[in-house]
Amino acid sequence: MSGEFNITLADSGACFPCKQDQNVLAAMEKLGRRGIPVGCRGGGCGICRVQVVAGAGYRTQKMSRAQVSEADLAAGICLACKLIPEGDLTLRVLGLFRRDCD
Amino acid sequence: MSFTGVLRPGHCAIRVMEMGPALTHYIERLGMLKTGEDAEGRVYLKGWDEHDAFSIVLREADSPGLDYLGFKVLSNQDLDRLELALREHGCAVERIPAGELKGCGHRVRFQIPTGHTLELYAEKDYVGTLTGNQNPHPWPEGLKGMKVCRFDHCLLYGPNLADTADLFVNVLGFSLSERVVTPDAQMIGAFFTCSNKAHDIAFIEHAEPGKLHHASFLLNTWEEVLNAADLMSMHDIPIDIGPTRHGITRGRTIYFFDPSGNRNEVFCGDYTWYPDREPITWETEQLGRAIFYHDRKLNENFLGVVT
Ligand code: FES
Ligand SMILES: [Fe+2]
Repeated sequence: MSGEFNITLADSGACFPCKQDQNVLAAMEKLGRRGIPVGCRGGGCGICRVQVVAGAGYRTQKMSRAQVSEADLAAGICLACKLIPEGDLTLRVLGLFRRDCD
Repeated sequence: MSFTGVLRPGHCAIRVMEMGPALTHYIERLGMLKTGEDAEGRVYLKGWDEHDAFSIVLREADSPGLDYLGFKVLSNQDLDRLELALREHGCAVERIPAGELKGCGHRVRFQIPTGHTLELYAEKDYVGTLTGNQNPHPWPEGLKGMKVCRFDHCLLYGPNLADTADLFVNVLGFSLSERVVTPDAQMIGAFFTCSNKAHDIAFIEHAEPGKLHHASFLLNTWEEVLNAADLMSMHDIPIDIGPTRHGITRGRTIYFFDPSGNRNEVFCGDYTWYPDREPITWETEQLGRAIFYHDRKLNENFLGVVT
C-alpha cells in the first residue's frame, strides 16, 4: 500500500494527494488548493462537510454530533478535517449544514 | 465610575470533544492554570492574573460550543435585585445551588433571547495569584505558552438582538459601547460593557440560536500577540485571522481554534469606556474595516464559522 492517496472532488473534478494519516482538509490546505471550505479544522463548525461518494476506505476522528449524525455517517457524510483516507476517495462537497431556524 | 451590579464575565463553560487535547491547548499553549476538577470530570482553569478560583470550565461532550457564560456581581444584594428584575422582565430564571460549580456560590441562571444561557453569581472562592498581594512582583515566573492574563469576553451569535440589547441595558445595567447598523437602521451587531472595558460581551444577529463565535483572553502588549502567533505556528494551532487590528473596540488581535473547533482570541489594547460616553456606530457598508481594519474586507469564514 502506498503512503499517499488521491482525493477527487466530484463536482469540479479537482484532484489532490493526501498522505495516509493526514486529514483531507489539511492535505488540501498544505498544497494551497481550494474546493472544500475551511473553518475550525477541529471537527466542530461543520463547514467542511463532505460525502464520500466512491472510494477504497477511510476512517474518521471525533466529530461534532451537532454536525454529523449517525445517519449522516451511515450515508458517508463526514467532516473533511477529520477524514483520513485509507485509499483513493471521491468526495462531494456539502458545506455547512443549514438547520431549520427561521 | 464606582462599580456596582454586574462586574465582569467571570466564567465561561466550554464544551470540548476530547479533554486531553483541550487541556494541552488551554494549559500548555494559552498558559492558563488548572485550579481544580470535579466528580463530573469538568476541569477548572484561570489566567495567572485572575484572583477568583476559575474563569474557564471545560466539559467533555459530543459537540463543542458554549454551555453558559457567568457574570460576577458585586454583592448578594445585587444578585437578589437582578434576579427579581430578570423575573419581572419575563425571563425564565433558575437557581443553581452553591457548590454545583466547585468553589462558586449560588448562581442565577437565565436564558437570553439569542438562545444563550447566562448566569449571575456573587461569590467565588478567592485564591489570589502567584505573585500574592503583599509587595507583589509584576508577574510570576514559570508561566507557559501565551501567558494569558485572564478570560476577557465572548462574542455570541443568535437571533433577537434587539430584545437582547433591551435586556442587557435596561435590566442588567450594561452600556452599549459599539453597534453595527444596516442602512435601514437594523442593529445587527452590539457590544456591551459593564465596566471600563470597550466590551464585556458582544452579539451578532444570526439565525441559529445559542452559538459561540469566540472566547477571548487578554494579553498585555502587541509583542505578546505576535509571540502568541509564533506559538500557534510552532504547535500547528489553526489560525483563523491575524495578528491584526479591529476597527470595532480597536483591539489588536489574533483568532485561532481550540482542538474541538471552538474559536479563541488573544488580544491587547482597547480603550477606556465611561458610562457617559455615546456609543460608536458602524455602518454595514464599512463592516470590512470595522472588523479587520487592515484587510478592509469581509471574511466569510470569520463571519460564518461558529460552534
Ligand atoms: S473545518 Fe470546522 S468542522 Fe472541519
Ligand atoms: Fe473578541
